[in-house]
Amino acid sequence: MNDLRRLPVAAIPSLALEGVGFVHRGQTLLHPLDLRLEGCHRTLVMGPNGAGKSLLMRLAHGLLAPSRGRVRWEGRPPRQAMVFQRPVLLKRSALANLTYALAIHGTPHRRRRPLAREALERFGLAALEKRPARVLSGGEQQRLALARAWLVEPEVLFLDEPTAALDPAAIQAVEAAVRDFHRRGTRILMTTHDLQQARRLADDIVLLYGGRLVEHSPAERFFADPQTPEGSAFVRGELVW
Amino acid sequence: MSDDPNAFQTALALILGRDPDLIGIVTLSLQVSLSAVLIAALIALPLGAALALWRFPGRGALIVMLNALMGLPPVVAGLAVYLLLSRAGPLGEFGLLFTPGAMVIAQVILVLPIIAALTRQQVEELHGDYREQLASLGVSRARRIPTLLWDARFGLTTVMLAGFGRASAEVGAVMIVGGNIDGVTRVMTTAIVLETSKGNLPLALGLGMVLLALVALVNAAAHLVGETAQRRLG
Repeated sequence: MNDLRRLPVAAIPSLALEGVGFVHRGQTLLHPLDLRLEGCHRTLVMGPNGAGKSLLMRLAHGLLAPSRGRVRWEGRPPRQAMVFQRPVLLKRSALANLTYALAIHGTPHRRRRPLAREALERFGLAALEKRPARVLSGGEQQRLALARAWLVEPEVLFLDEPTAALDPAAIQAVEAAVRDFHRRGTRILMTTHDLQQARRLADDIVLLYGGRLVEHSPAERFFADPQTPEGSAFVRGELVW
Repeated sequence: MSDDPNAFQTALALILGRDPDLIGIVTLSLQVSLSAVLIAALIALPLGAALALWRFPGRGALIVMLNALMGLPPVVAGLAVYLLLSRAGPLGEFGLLFTPGAMVIAQVILVLPIIAALTRQQVEELHGDYREQLASLGVSRARRIPTLLWDARFGLTTVMLAGFGRASAEVGAVMIVGGNIDGVTRVMTTAIVLETSKGNLPLALGLGMVLLALVALVNAAAHLVGETAQRRLG
């Protein structure tokens, strides 16, 4: 993969979550938190089930409106894409799923197919272009979702536990894709359960626990010398899932 | 007509011999009902999808009304169209009463609520799966209508076949607004009523068999479409 056209890094606006909290039916799912994401970092959001990881992603991406506080892009909102744990693909062929995303983004009609084929090739799906997307295997579906995100040329990419339901080979493919996105100049915000995966991918770590932001540190420091009791328990693998 | 007392055999002979009266009646029936379904679908598919996507005051009432109209008695629809199109009615000047056009209008009124209500259900369910992904891609609500209609295409084919079933089987509406004029507005169902009351059982039975075969064909098609979708799209 050497044709990675870099996107201009400095231009990605910072994302500021200011006092952002979320309440659903009287239950506080996310306590007010402040978080700033800038540059072209890979931020991994970690924490047990129900810690509020997915919620944080949806708030940051704008799929949900916060109950309090605000989510603010410093400057114009950047191009964004999100890859979900369970990929949501249209009931069409693999190729048509990609040309659809291009159509939404205003790519001229005659350029859609070549671009989509290129993306299929990049993600190892070229042989499957005519197959209905819904009958692909879990790993293939996730790669197709990544290919679709790739075509959007996002400046910021959100991934919500993209490898939670995949086998080791498929996990490797997803991690390689995340690295490619990053090398192209995309900021990554990704949730994971997997401590080893976080060690492999993260520039910095956000730890959530019980709907609170417990720690936000550079990855090296987080793994070597966690600043909070929850952080050290988590790194030792003692935090109950 | 033959002297054979067996009406069933005579009916078969009419069908196999492509009796011109029978062919004319069947052709008109298909023309009227297919036009009605096509026109109703053009309105009801986007309408149903829009109803699934937009929230507005009175939406619930509109959905309940559409669901209720699915059971609208054909004679009532026929009566309403009759009043609209009769000489003294608001649309009387077009002279549509007792023409196939009037029959199409009446059947559109019968079929439209079915297609709209079922489309609303199917699209709403599909949108539940798609909502986050489409929002993430930045797909506008208006743009989601064709997207969801296309992705629900197999289910919606069945919906349209259900509409066609209703249109081709009803007798009350076309009888009132068409008038069952021989060679002009006589369709299968009205002809069956007439021939039965006249005692011409072979023709009535022959038409009945064609109608039954048509309904079976429509259902087979619906079944096949569903199976194919299951197999191909998972």
